[in-house]
Amino acid sequence: MHKYANPTQFIRIANAVLPWSTAIAVAAFVIGLPLALVFSPPDYQQGETVRIMYVHVPAAWMSLMVYMVIAGSSAAFLIWRHTVAHLIARASAPLGAMFAAVCLISGMLWGQPMWGTFWVWDARLTSVLILFFIYIGYIALLDAFDDPERGDRAAAILALVGSVNVPIIHFSVEWWSTLHQGTIITMDGLTLSGDMARPLLIMVAGFTAFYVSVVIIRLRAELLAAKIRNARQSLAAAE
Amino acid sequence: MTAKTMSRKNRRMILVVLGLALLGSGAALVLTAMNDAIVFFFSPSEIKERNLAADQRVRLGGLVEDGSVTKAGGTVSFIVTDTVEKISVSYTGVLPDLFREGQGIVAEGRLGPDGVFQASEVLAKHDENYMPREVADALKKNGHWQPGMEPVADTP
Repeated sequence: MHKYANPTQFIRIANAVLPWSTAIAVAAFVIGLPLALVFSPPDYQQGETVRIMYVHVPAAWMSLMVYMVIAGSSAAFLIWRHTVAHLIARASAPLGAMFAAVCLISGMLWGQPMWGTFWVWDARLTSVLILFFIYIGYIALLDAFDDPERGDRAAAILALVGSVNVPIIHFSVEWWSTLHQGTIITMDGLTLSGDMARPLLIMVAGFTAFYVSVVIIRLRAELLAAKIRNARQSLAAAE
Repeated sequence: MTAKTMSRKNRRMILVVLGLALLGSGAALVLTAMNDAIVFFFSPSEIKERNLAADQRVRLGGLVEDGSVTKAGGTVSFIVTDTVEKISVSYTGVLPDLFREGQGIVAEGRLGPDGVFQASEVLAKHDENYMPREVADALKKNGHWQPGMEPVADTP
């Protein structure tokens, strides 16, 4: 595993993955969006409003997946001082915050017509809002110190502390009574009929591939920025 | 790699694992202690067990019993059940679209001295079973309909 900590090695793999993930993302959205928004059947109770689910569920899923990537990378950074791991976390954070925001906003738009309210303070909604705040706090903390190293470490510790929230979000609908419904994607499969499950899975694949592509592009920029920083530092040291 | 740096890495790993374990158990204790504040609603059975103080605002959640909805003027009366206990609810206001008999709902309000729950807000709860109308109809026809979903129209 440690050989992937080498930035050159890592970027070689990432560059090989990029065209594939981009192709999968484009294909999934080209096929999935019309299926989800036009051709899938309306729900027996929700009618056309069910279509919000095809954006909401993948966004919710990704907001948790990206957080787990950030927490795992932060642990690797704190324990082994792997710079690439830290840069993966750094590159992922705005994406995770965006997924959490899309999840919250699409959920509110669904809640108003279905539940009769935009927002309630139940365990699921509250814990996802906290996830969004942790993302924002993480991004803010990264560059909050004059010494970048300290900011990186503080943010990584925050990411690890915040990982406590991930199981809480996932199990909130089982541990407590909530207004939010139970999980659609479970170990036993989906609680959806086939016509609805297919577009949903395609959208989940699309969101995941989209994240992989964007995070690789952002990671390349972060690596270049780190190189420039190092070059500046050695120049300043030489003078 | 020298033995010294190795041990430093191990120490950091132990620190991270220990920290997460402590944090996790701390969070578990807090959440368990706060359970009553975190649950969004109580079932009719839980409300009856609890001997609420007069005028205490709570949320009541359960299924709207079949055939229990009556409307008089702007006021709707219905019975909320968890299939064990029942509580009558009275509500004046606009109901959400998904409100119907057999549907899960959450009502916020106070339990009156007469045992009737005076709701100030009624929300519809939706479950995680999504399906097109034809599938729902087929399930009803085959008798595979599950409790909690909208009930079969012709059950006694």
